Amino acid sequence: PYPLPFPQMRFMLLFSRQGKLRLQKWYLATSDKERKKMVRELMQVVLARKPKMCSFLEWRDLKVVYKRYASLYFCCAIEGQDNELITLELIHRYVELLDKYFGSVCELDIIFNFEKAYFILDEFLMGGDVQDTSKKSVLKAIEQADLLQEEGPRVSHPRQISFVPCF
Amino acid sequence: MPAVSKGDGMRGLAVFISDIRNCKSKEAEIKRINKELANIRSKFKGRDKALDGYSKKKYVCKLLFIFLLGHDIDFGHMEAVNLLSSNKYTEKQIGYLFISVLVNSNSELIRLINNAIKNDLASRNPTFMCLALHCIANVGSREMGEAFAADIPRILVAGDSMDSVKQSAALCLLRLYKASPDLVPMGEWTARVVHLLNDQHMGVVTAAVSLITCLCKKNPDDFKTCISLAVSRLSRIVSSASTDLQDYTYYFVPAPWLSVKLLRLLQCYPPPEDAAVKGRLVECLETVLNKAQEPPKSKKVQHSNAKNAILFETISLIIHYDRCPPGGGGGGGGPGSFLQHRETNLRYLALESMCTLASSEFSHEAVKTHIDTVINALKTRLPKDPSCQLKCTGLSRALSRSPVAQPFRVVRNLLTFGRTPEGRYSDPDVLKVAILAEKYAVDYSWYVDTILNLIRIAGDYVSEEVWYRVLQIVTNRDDVQGYAAKTVFEALQAPACHENMVKVGGYILGEFGNLIAGDPRSSPPVQFSLLHSKFHLCSVATRALLLSTYIKFINLFPETKATIQGVLRAGSQLRNADVELQQRAVEYLTLSSVASTDVLATVLEEMPPFPERESSILAKLKRKKGPGAASALDDGRRDASSNDINGGVEPTPSTVSTPSPSADLLGLRAAPPPAAPQAPAGAGNLLVDVSSDGPVAQPGLGPTPEEAFLSELEPPAPESPMALLADPAPAADPGPEDFGSPIPEADELLNKFVCKNNGVLFENQLLQIGVKSEFRQNLGRMYLFYGNKTSVQFQSFTPTVVHPGDLQTAQLAVQTKRVAAQVDGGAQVQQVLNIECLRDFLAPPLLSVRFRYGGAPQSLTLKLPVTINKFFQPTEMAAQDFFQRWKQLSLPQQEAQKIFKATHPMDAEVTKAKLLGFGSALLDNVDPNPENFVGAGIIQTKALQVGCLLRLEPNAQAQMYRLTLRTSKEPVSRHLCELLAQQF
Repeated sequence: PYPLPFPQMRFMLLFSRQGKLRLQKWYLATSDKERKKMVRELMQVVLARKPKMCSFLEWRDLKVVYKRYASLYFCCAIEGQDNELITLELIHRYVELLDKYFGSVCELDIIFNFEKAYFILDEFLMGGDVQDTSKKSVLKAIEQADLLQEEGPRVSHPRQISFVPCF
Repeated sequence: MPAVSKGDGMRGLAVFISDIRNCKSKEAEIKRINKELANIRSKFKGRDKALDGYSKKKYVCKLLFIFLLGHDIDFGHMEAVNLLSSNKYTEKQIGYLFISVLVNSNSELIRLINNAIKNDLASRNPTFMCLALHCIANVGSREMGEAFAADIPRILVAGDSMDSVKQSAALCLLRLYKASPDLVPMGEWTARVVHLLNDQHMGVVTAAVSLITCLCKKNPDDFKTCISLAVSRLSRIVSSASTDLQDYTYYFVPAPWLSVKLLRLLQCYPPPEDAAVKGRLVECLETVLNKAQEPPKSKKVQHSNAKNAILFETISLIIHYDRCPPGGGGGGGGPGSFLQHRETNLRYLALESMCTLASSEFSHEAVKTHIDTVINALKTRLPKDPSCQLKCTGLSRALSRSPVAQPFRVVRNLLTFGRTPEGRYSDPDVLKVAILAEKYAVDYSWYVDTILNLIRIAGDYVSEEVWYRVLQIVTNRDDVQGYAAKTVFEALQAPACHENMVKVGGYILGEFGNLIAGDPRSSPPVQFSLLHSKFHLCSVATRALLLSTYIKFINLFPETKATIQGVLRAGSQLRNADVELQQRAVEYLTLSSVASTDVLATVLEEMPPFPERESSILAKLKRKKGPGAASALDDGRRDASSNDINGGVEPTPSTVSTPSPSADLLGLRAAPPPAAPQAPAGAGNLLVDVSSDGPVAQPGLGPTPEEAFLSELEPPAPESPMALLADPAPAADPGPEDFGSPIPEADELLNKFVCKNNGVLFENQLLQIGVKSEFRQNLGRMYLFYGNKTSVQFQSFTPTVVHPGDLQTAQLAVQTKRVAAQVDGGAQVQQVLNIECLRDFLAPPLLSVRFRYGGAPQSLTLKLPVTINKFFQPTEMAAQDFFQRWKQLSLPQQEAQKIFKATHPMDAEVTKAKLLGFGSALLDNVDPNPENFVGAGIIQTKALQVGCLLRLEPNAQAQMYRLTLRTSKEPVSRHLCELLAQQF
């Protein structure tokens, strides 16, 4: 009698202003070809938008919520029923998590530590749904994992590369 | 802050990523990647020594990185699966990451993966269990569902499961349930799941609510107990009674995600029956609504977003309950006030809420009180953002369907809105207005007025279907014909009326001009000369239509016969280069002289009524929306086909808030051409939020965003590795194919751009090409915007810049970037051209556009609007200097002069603007005659500079100009003179 469909986040993309994909997370099985096509198309649409335009757009059968942080666009595709504003803040919370973990996160951190960016995202969202919104809980989980690291040649991260051109 | 020294660095990976980033070209990158792939392959195959876990992890990670760069990975899966059974957490973690990103349906592999997952789930190590659960959720395949759907509920409700495991288990189960509900057995656990709403740990509650909501939707009766639990949880949050909220408070808003989820859960059910629960819920909703009115606790946008997210979800719940909220404020109270809000995001959502409200049976009153706000928003606030515009149109549609709103007012307001300078119409808007007008017309004269108004203010966007439709209606309704004739006659009086108006006017007067011929002010000769005064300004198609009008006039008004025959006989018609025009002129002339009055009357009889069929505009709208969207218009079509333009107003709530798939079209037209990315970029702190309201300044970056962008991010050589998307393509590559000669109008189109840099270069039924360009010194950058006007994808879309025979690349270098080969229906793609003027040139480069539309190859060659004057640099000088230089350039071949008739009204201001647009400086107090214009400038090319002096002498009496140019190079003088002479 109340047949509301259950909204599902479809994917999350991080890409640079130059149209470089930095991270992609698909929450619904999508073929490789289709993924590439969607990414290309959506990047074009989003990159063409002006700064003052609203962060939501209707694209294909989806709603796209995006926000730009410095050189990086964070972009979520949600379904019609979903709440845009909370999705927008979900992006922000993810950026805060990255920031807290990396310390003043920048695009390079995400390029060089893409696996960490994935782990943090996975602690925060699962199957496109919020798992935990507490910064403390999420980062605790990540840091616990970091403590479990083992031997292997340890390196300090190549931070000196920081301000060379992003490709 | 120290860099990431956390976690386990993988040196080899970091080096590899650096290498890739240092590649100067796409080719170099591919080469580096192939080398790495070969290396990894040999390592994985290596039999000499087994790889240790660390190396395996590193190589798997590299493969993952290569995949994320967009390359295909066809090996390494086995190694990743091996990592799953490692005892080391990070190895396991990378293994799972690889599997979840690159999942493969290889069943052999899935079995191995499942095995590893099984072990991890049984390990009782919470971190391992979470990894395994994440993997199941990420892959979510049926095989995995079959293997684990029974285990996960057990883990979820087990008393000894850690909180983090419960969270993961809840969402993992949700994922499996969504994918294959049949696999998840209902049972004893379901009752215990509901009680997770009471869990101490907010994270567990947050995760569990989503699962519970999904289960409720499928089996509402089994989960009814969750209502009271959800209400009490919600109540504790909104009243901030919980003490466990600290970590879950987001910018002063307590647990916004959980609140939104709880409000969603409640939307699975009707209002609570239990009076106490109901009372508590009402209290919650009131608190939320009241909080919305309170001053914000923080100025941060995150605060208001989180607060409003809850508010909108509350409104959704209220709408769901289909009644006004307790307290009697009216659900519209919220969204209405947001329409006034400065922030675009909120206005968009407010409009969406209003749409929903307008379609709800119970909220009409609430909407009604806000209609003025809505219209105000329509008029003043929204036109800049296409997403909002779209919503606006949706809303006006919803409102006009709503019995309380007056459709006239909406249409009329839409029309007024279109007339404001910022209010620009786009094609779909116009269609919608036209449809609204037709559907809600009280009488036909109102309808005719509305459509003519529409043509007047948004003529460019009035497609054929719209004006065909007005002709159909006028032809079929004799009670409106006289009125229509009178109205178009009046509309045509305007000095600059739109060509579509001329078409409608020509047709209607040709058919029904006799109905107003009795009035001496609109006597036949007056009608004719009025129409004929527009004739020369019109396109071929319109002129052809007007010729038919003229022959009809000969039948209607024999007294005009001599004049009209004179027109038809004129050389410009009989020998017109256009076959259609020539043929019509010849045939009509002969017909009018040979045929008897009776024959003429029969041949030229008034058009019979059109068969009543589908309205052409509705048909067009449907085509645009594609077959799937047709249902949204069904009611409209019925109205039209029953020939009842007053058609019954049927609210169709299910369709009004459907986002229109024509969004892209709106975006295409309404959005100004996207400029190159401009805001500051770079490796700055991501938390600097550039899209919030504050100024977009970032400390520490270059003086202008453009420079910052270039100096920081772009590698020195333009063709270096920004390359995954846009490969710099060699520009002058004519290839084996012949690109054909430019279309006949190419010169005319080019002329439009001599004095301006931006505008629509070309447009036909399929394609629109817009240009935006800027030139500095001898360099230029041009953005071309290709818009697909159809609803069908263009394929093999290849725009190419070619140099015609005499324009060597030695004169002008044009560098283009490739664009995507597919252009979707309604979409727009952008191409950037970098132009360098090497030396003076005469012919512009050609732009050849080829694509396939519905299988048929299309090709089009235009002249690229790059003329030598674009590289003008204005030069100011005093009268004395000017005359001295003028004398220096006194060789006969240095001067070019042209005397020509004015083709536009002679307006000094317009002339000035054109000369400035042409690029020269305008010098005052040089010419003794103040009517004359004198200019000077230098043409900058890489090889040489050409000084130019010009003088333009208008003669208002004779409507003539004399233009004189002197430059240091003979062909340049002539060329500039020719270019400029065509502008007046």
